[in-house]
Amino acid sequence: MIEVRDLRKGFGDVEVLKGLNTTFEKGKTNLIIGQSGSGKTVFIKSMLGLFRPDSGKILYDGVCYSDLDFEDQRDIREKIGMVFQGSALFDSMTVEENIMFPLRMFTKMKKNEMLERTNTVIDRVNLENANHRLPSEISGGMQKRVAIARAIVNNPKYLFCDEPNSGLDPHTATVIDNLIKEITEEYNITTIINTHDMNSVMEIGEKIIFLKKGHLAWEGDKSQIFKTDNEEVTNFVYSSNLFKMVRKAQNAKI
Amino acid sequence: MIKETFVKPTKGKVLRILIFKEIDDLIIGSLGIVAFISFFVGGVVAIQTALNLTNPIIPKELIGFASRQSVILEFAPTFLSIIMAGKVGSFITSSIGTMRVTEQIDALEVMGINSLNYLVFPKIVAMCFYPFVIAIAMFLGILGAYVAAVYGGFTTADQFLTGLRDDFIPFHIVYAFLKTFIFSFLLATIPSYHGFYMRGGALEVGKASTTSFVWTSVAIIVTNYFITQMLLS
Ligand SMILES: Nc1ncnc2c1ncn2[C@@H]1O[C@H](COP(=O)(O)OP(=O)(O)O)[C@@H](O)[C@H]1O
Ligand SMILES: [Mg+2]
Repeated sequence: MIEVRDLRKGFGDVEVLKGLNTTFEKGKTNLIIGQSGSGKTVFIKSMLGLFRPDSGKILYDGVCYSDLDFEDQRDIREKIGMVFQGSALFDSMTVEENIMFPLRMFTKMKKNEMLERTNTVIDRVNLENANHRLPSEISGGMQKRVAIARAIVNNPKYLFCDEPNSGLDPHTATVIDNLIKEITEEYNITTIINTHDMNSVMEIGEKIIFLKKGHLAWEGDKSQIFKTDNEEVTNFVYSSNLFKMVRKAQNAKI
Repeated sequence: MIKETFVKPTKGKVLRILIFKEIDDLIIGSLGIVAFISFFVGGVVAIQTALNLTNPIIPKELIGFASRQSVILEFAPTFLSIIMAGKVGSFITSSIGTMRVTEQIDALEVMGINSLNYLVFPKIVAMCFYPFVIAIAMFLGILGAYVAAVYGGFTTADQFLTGLRDDFIPFHIVYAFLKTFIFSFLLATIPSYHGFYMRGGALEVGKASTTSFVWTSVAIIVTNYFITQMLLS
């Protein structure tokens, strides 16, 4: 479980996160939704310590991240997996080396133990025949699988995903979304996913928080999001024609 | 930034691999161009000196002497370092910059790695071998001068070699390598800085490389001026 208390973060004069309070639950896919530029990436990176928050607290299972020194932060980082928006694979390393990298950094495993663990997660994310290829030689969907494999190889307790299905075709996007959800339930991880994609919300949204210009404008679950009368949320949800048509069809039935 | 580079180090084994890779990229990868440029510019220095020696009172030995002085004092250490600011420097800026914009640096940080140490320290260590590159450049520059002067018919081999040994001051070698060593540090750190702290996308990576080239060259030229002022005058 991750708790966020009054988190604020700005760059220069611009305040991007304006005091966020929320809780992300364990074993669930927690979604952060909102338009581009609403502060989703800054939110995730502030939780990870990649940006230093201006004020506020982040509690990882009750432990405050920003109160710790570098060594103790490392113990928490070891339990964090992150899937970056563009996958962020190391382009000079092969797929296998990329996935093995966190093990090399965090554990004292022997080479063959690392390889075994690596191959287990490679199977888990259904990556076939790619071990010795470079990231530039595989498709975007496969790169995402590698990024997920790298994020979960060290058995994380917390998994962060920044727009995991951006740039993927709708089918692959759904497959990736469901892969993340299955892994979350299987390993009982606290998973946090950034997205602006309503399909993901339909597919895997268990807990959803809606960011609007750095404010937490709404929170709830998948069934509530289609019933709420919060205008900002409905504007976002029904911004695509597909969802407008679904709504029309539903209203016609009633 | 420099301080951060040397603390919280990465695992020794990993670091060693990174250092070897940087030596390969930055040092071995530069040998070809350095050899090519040194040999031919050394030759040009000899020819220019010869062509300007119209006064019969000045001995032909001056060709060897002048080639040695200009190659060792300025051409190899300074001129080549500016070329390296273009080659090695923009390579460093664009490779670190690309890692920044594609969030690879964030990925390192999430894994608890001190990314400055991981990325910059191996480059600084690799560049400690840079003076060897310059030694080769000095040798080939003088060889180029010899070939151009002797086979171009401007002087005899004896005259050239006598000139080469004339008035040799060992401190000039110390001076040349001392400044080379300082340049190698500038060549590793300034481009790293420009890559590491950039923001934006592919276009900005290109801009950062250009900026880094300009600042590295400026730093080399200014440093060269002050070192020369301090040590030789
Ligand atoms: N490193 C930074 N420096 C300054 N401003 C930033 C930085 N990162 C993000 N921002 C600004 O913060 C705002 C939110 O960005 P972001 O979190 O990336 O939005 P998104 O919801 O699309 O992920 C944007 O206006 C962006 O310009
Ligand atoms: Mg974003």
